[in-house]
Amino acid sequence: MPDQPTSPTNGTDATSPADSQWPLWEVFLQPPKGEAHEHAGSVHAVSAEQALQNARDVYARRGEAVSIWVVPSASITASTPDDMGPFFDPGNDKPYRHPQFYKVPRGVRVF
Amino acid sequence: MMVNEPSAVQPSATPDDPARVAEFEARIARGESIEPKDWMPERYRKQLTRMMSQHAHSEIVGMLPEGNWITRAPNLRRKMALIAKVQDEAGHGLYIYCGTETLGTDRQELVQQLLDGKAKYSSIFNYPTLTWADIGCIGWFVDGAAIVNQTMLAKASYGPYARAMVRICKEENFHKRQGYEIMATLANGTPEQRAMAQDAVNRWWWPSLMMFGPHDAESSNSEELVRWGVKKKGNDELRQRFVNLTVAQATAINLTLPDPALQYNEQTENWDFGPIDWDEFWRVVKGDGPCNRERLAARRDAHAAGEWVRVAAAAYAAKQQRSATEAA
Repeated sequence: MPDQPTSPTNGTDATSPADSQWPLWEVFLQPPKGEAHEHAGSVHAVSAEQALQNARDVYARRGEAVSIWVVPSASITASTPDDMGPFFDPGNDKPYRHPQFYKVPRGVRVF
Repeated sequence: MMVNEPSAVQPSATPDDPARVAEFEARIARGESIEPKDWMPERYRKQLTRMMSQHAHSEIVGMLPEGNWITRAPNLRRKMALIAKVQDEAGHGLYIYCGTETLGTDRQELVQQLLDGKAKYSSIFNYPTLTWADIGCIGWFVDGAAIVNQTMLAKASYGPYARAMVRICKEENFHKRQGYEIMATLANGTPEQRAMAQDAVNRWWWPSLMMFGPHDAESSNSEELVRWGVKKKGNDELRQRFVNLTVAQATAINLTLPDPALQYNEQTENWDFGPIDWDEFWRVVKGDGPCNRERLAARRDAHAAGEWVRVAAAAYAAKQQRSATEAA
């Protein structure tokens, strides 16, 4: 893990000439028309409050969002591409979950 | 949930398994998007990191020639637009740095490469902005060329890069239009303003064509990037598209593109143009452009001058955390 979002001072030191690599936060924006929050990108920030401000400045300069979520990147648990097959299998092998599976008399409008 | 997750990247020291490479190339051929945690050849990762970080650096260095004119913009409307444009460039740099991090290289390391003079950025920013018309010309030509390039990259095989490009393309249109409006206004102004606009066109036209890079036959990276779906079109095709788009725009505001060989070709339906001075291109790429040293010095100064802000922000966060711990 290159970043530890729970340790805000990670990599910073007032006496160090190096740049600070602040914790990474994933940014999710909700568009104004009621869609769900969608991943936009990430920002580095020392705190949740600063992450929100940075996310606003970087990802929402033109009214793109009515709400922003920031989540420490390390807090996200994601499925891995390697188990993609078996993990999603239960959904893929059940065609009867789709309306196209069912036959209706020709010419009838079902919807 | 698939998110950009730098921590997921484990660079491997072993050479790529040919079977996995074949599987990877089949995915590209099917038009699938490659995501941060997916297996990818080390060479793909390396080439993308190189290309994306150069792109990010270009956005950041690109703020300098324009920032030069913020205090001297001719009126408040122009000044506000220029500030907003320069702020966008910073945002674009951050989008792409964030995308590059998903390949396993920290932003800090990328920024350091730029400050150390080890990283490349677009050569166009090593030319000076001598007059206000240059600001118009940058918006019109440089952002115009960037739109042609980035519209293609919005379909790149690497998901985080493509998504950053979609975001950027939406914003670049404002950049181009504000630049073209400046040029149209000057071209329609006093004889002195007209001359200033034409002079800027004369200086920026050829370097703008060079932005697309060497001819495909001489570009070591182009073929591989096309094969892996990072680039969907070659440098020459993109350059031609830019020329075709720009000729009519120049004619509409009575400015002349400085190329006597420029001529419409009925057969190809393209505007043929004269030879590019590749010696100049390579001279600037290798560090001997008019402003290479100045740009790097300005970037280092800006970075050093911002150090206290970073220190203060970290100190404030540490203090907040301490008081939260004590209160608990």
